[in-house]
Amino acid sequence: MSIQTPSDLPSGEAATVTGPTHPAPEPEAKGLSQGQIVRRKFFDNTAAIISLVAFAVIFLLAFTSVGFAGIPGWWKYNHTEFLPLLNGGAPTVTGPFSWGDHPFGQDSIGRDYFAMTMRGTQNSIIIMFIIGALAGLVGVIVGACSGYFRGWTEAVLMRFTDVIIIIPVVLAAATLGQAVNRYVGSGAQIWLLGLFLGLVLWTGLARLVRGEFLTLREREFVDAAKIAGASNTRIIFKHILPNAVGVIIVNTTLLMSSAILLETALSYIGFGVKAPDVSLGLIISQNQEAFQTRPWLFWFPGLFIVLICLCINFIGDGLRDAFDPRQKKFNAGRAKDAEKPAA
Amino acid sequence: MVTYIVRRLVTAVLILLGASFVVYQLTALSGDPLEDLRASNAPNREQLIQARTELLDLNTPAPLRYFGWLSGAVKCLVPFAATCDLGASIQGESVTTSLARAMGNTITLVSTATVLAIIIGISLGIITALRQYSGLDYGVTFMSFLFFSLPIFWLAVLLKEFGAIGFNNFLADPDIPVSTIVVVAIASGLIWALFASRSWKRKGIAFLLGAVVAAGLLFVLDLVDWFSTPGLGPIVILVTGVGIAFGIVLLTAGLRNRKALVSSLIMVAVGLVAYYVVNPILNAATIWMIIILAVITVLVGMGVGFAMGGYDRGQSMRAAALTGLLMGLLIVVDRFMVTWPSYVSNSRVRGRPIATVGAETPGLDGTFWINGLDTFTHLLLPTLALLLASLASYSRYSRASMLEIMNMDYIRTGRAKGLSERTVVMRHAFRNALIPLATLVAFDIGALIGGAIITEQVFAFAGMGQLFVQALQRTDPDPIMGFFLVAGILALVFNLVADIVYSFLDPRVRVKA
Repeated sequence: MSIQTPSDLPSGEAATVTGPTHPAPEPEAKGLSQGQIVRRKFFDNTAAIISLVAFAVIFLLAFTSVGFAGIPGWWKYNHTEFLPLLNGGAPTVTGPFSWGDHPFGQDSIGRDYFAMTMRGTQNSIIIMFIIGALAGLVGVIVGACSGYFRGWTEAVLMRFTDVIIIIPVVLAAATLGQAVNRYVGSGAQIWLLGLFLGLVLWTGLARLVRGEFLTLREREFVDAAKIAGASNTRIIFKHILPNAVGVIIVNTTLLMSSAILLETALSYIGFGVKAPDVSLGLIISQNQEAFQTRPWLFWFPGLFIVLICLCINFIGDGLRDAFDPRQKKFNAGRAKDAEKPAA
Repeated sequence: MVTYIVRRLVTAVLILLGASFVVYQLTALSGDPLEDLRASNAPNREQLIQARTELLDLNTPAPLRYFGWLSGAVKCLVPFAATCDLGASIQGESVTTSLARAMGNTITLVSTATVLAIIIGISLGIITALRQYSGLDYGVTFMSFLFFSLPIFWLAVLLKEFGAIGFNNFLADPDIPVSTIVVVAIASGLIWALFASRSWKRKGIAFLLGAVVAAGLLFVLDLVDWFSTPGLGPIVILVTGVGIAFGIVLLTAGLRNRKALVSSLIMVAVGLVAYYVVNPILNAATIWMIIILAVITVLVGMGVGFAMGGYDRGQSMRAAALTGLLMGLLIVVDRFMVTWPSYVSNSRVRGRPIATVGAETPGLDGTFWINGLDTFTHLLLPTLALLLASLASYSRYSRASMLEIMNMDYIRTGRAKGLSERTVVMRHAFRNALIPLATLVAFDIGALIGGAIITEQVFAFAGMGQLFVQALQRTDPDPIMGFFLVAGILALVFNLVADIVYSFLDPRVRVKA
C-alpha cells in the first residue's frame, strides 16, 4: 500500500550508497529548529504521509456519516434501526460512487451494516484517543517525577508502576463493564472504557520517560538552569520535557495502535463495549458464525480495524524516524537526483 | 550481586502482595457470582443461593475475604509441606490441579510459537538490516506491520476457514489445479527476487528460478500424490542434508574452513546410515528416546569435529553437531510424514486432520507418532496465529539493533583490518545485536505462561487464558487469583532475570548492589 516499490530504488551504482553514511543534502545555510527538522523529515516519509491521509479519511467518514454526539450525519440509517432485509442482506456497493442502499449489507436482523461499522469505527477511535491522551499524561507525569526527583519519590512511584503492570488488563476492563452496567447508563460506556484502560496502560510509557529523564537531568543545561534559580516545575516542563518529546510522542502513537487492538479484542471476548452499543470487535464476535453464509459481516469491520491500526503504526514509525537524530533517512528520490550531476 | 537479588526479591514479594489485594477487590467488584442462580427457575433456588453465599463467604466484605484467601495461599511458600491451598472454583475443583493442567496446555501451545517467532523474527530483522532500504526491507517491513495490525481473533477465524476447513477439503481430494500452480510459482518467484541482490538481472534470474522450482515441485508432488502419502525418503534427506551442511558451515565457519565442511558432511553420511539403522527402534519411540538420540547425535558430531583436528576444533565441532541435529530432525519429520496416512484414516479423525478447536482429539489412542501428529494438527493454527502476531516486534527490534551495531566504529575496524564480511557480520555484529534482544526475550518468556487469552478463547484451548476468562465470566475469585499468582510471579522473576542477564552480557551495564 504505502511502501516504496523496488522501482523507486536506485539501481546499479546508486545502490551502493548506504543510508547512514550518506550525508544529508542540506544546502540551506539557515539553521532549522528541531521542530522544523522533524516536520521536514516526517513529510519526506511517503508511507507515513499516505497513512496520515488515509486515517484522516477514515476519521471523517466515521464521524460524519452516522453523526456524533447528537448531531445527525449524512447517512440515512443508524446502527439500531431494524429494516426489511433486501436481497438477503448482501452488500450493494459496486463501485466507489455507486453505494446502493446498504453498501456493506445488512446483518441477520436487518440492521444496516455500514452504519454499524461506522459507529464501531467511531467508538474505537474515541477509545483510542482517550487511552492515548490519558495514558500519555499519567505516564509522562509519573515518569518525569520519578526520573527527576529520584530518591523516595522514584522508589514509591516505580513500585506503584510495578503493581499496576502485573494486574491483568482484561480484569480491569471487566470490572469496569460491570460497574458501568450497574451505576451509569450505557451512553457513557465508551468514554469510561477508554478512561479505565488509559488508567492501566500508562506503565510502559512511564518507564521509558523515567529513563529519558534520568539521562537528561545530568546534562549541563539542567545544571545551568538550576544555578540560574529555575524552579523544579520550570526545569521539568521547559528544559527537560521538550528534549524527551520524541520518545513520548512515538510511544504514545504506538500505544494507541495497540489500544485499538486491545479494545476490539476485549469487546470480542465480551468484556469491552457491550450490546446495545456496537464496536468493531463486538460485531465480529456476533457474526463470526455466519462466515460461510454472509462473509461480508466478517470482512468489513475487520478491514477497518486493520486499516486504522496499520495507519497509526506507520505514522508512529514515521515519527520515530523523524525524531531520531542518528537516523538520516535515506531518500531514494533525492539520492537519484544527487547522483545525476555526479554522473 | 547477592544483596541486589535479595533486595529485588523482597520488593517483588511486597509488589505481589499489593497487586494481589487490588486484583482481589477488582474481581469482587467485577460481577455478581449469584447472577446465574438469581435468574434460574429451580425450585430450590433460595437454598442454592444460600449454599453459594456460604461457599464463597459472600457475607464477609471483600477486603476481609482477601485475608482468608491469603492465609491459604501463604501455605504454598512453605516447602515440602504439601498443604498448598489456593482455594477451589465454584464447581469445587481445586485451583492447584486446574492450574497445573492449564499451565501444561499453555506451555505446549505458546512455547513453539515463541521459539519460532524468536528465530524467524531475528533472522528477518538481521537480513533486512543488512539490506537496509532494499525491496526486501520494504517488503518485510510492510508485512510485519500488517501482521502486527491484524486483530488476532480475526486472523484466527480466517485461519480456521482457509487453513483448516479449506485445506481439509483439499486433502480429501488432493489435486492441484494448474491455475494454483501458476499463482504459487509467481508468488515464489517474487519472494526469491526480493531476496536476490539489487541488480535487475539477478532479480530476474532469481524470479525465474524461484517460479520454476516452485512449479516443478508442486507438479511432482501432485503427480506422486504426495499430499495423501507424504514422506521425504533417503534421497531428499541426503540432498537437504548436504545443503544444510554447506549452509551451516558457511554461516559458522566459512567455506574456506575445509575441516569444518568435511566434518559436517561426515555427519550427513552418519545421518543417512542412522536413517536405516535407527528406523526399527523408532517404532517404539517415546519422547525420552528422541531426546537421548538427540544427545547422542550431538556427542557424535562433536566427536567427529574433534577428530578432524586442525587449528580451530571448536568450529568443526559446532558445525558438525548442528548438522547432525538437523539431520536427526529430518529423520524424525520423515517418520511423522510416513505415519500421516494412518493418522488421517484413523476412525477418530475421519479424514479431516487439521483441527479448529481443542488441544487433542478425544479418545485417540495411538503410538508416539500418531499422538505427535495429533498434537501437531491441533497446535498448527493457533501457533501460526500467535507466530504471525509476535513476529513483528522481534524483527523490528533486531533490525534496529543490528543497524545501530553496523554503524559502530569496531565494525569499521574489523573491515579495515581485512576480516571477511561473514566474520564481521556473524562474530562482531550479530552477537552484539542480540544483547538488547535478551531483555525482550526474557520478558516474553515471563509473559508466556499468562497465556494467549484471545487465541485460547478462539481455538477453545483449555489453557491459562481460558481458565482466567471463564472464571471471570462467573466472577469466581479463587481461579482468578491462582492465575494472577502464577502470571505475576513469573513476570516479576523474569523481569529480574532480564536485568541480571543484561548486566552479564553487556559489562558496561552494572547492577546497583
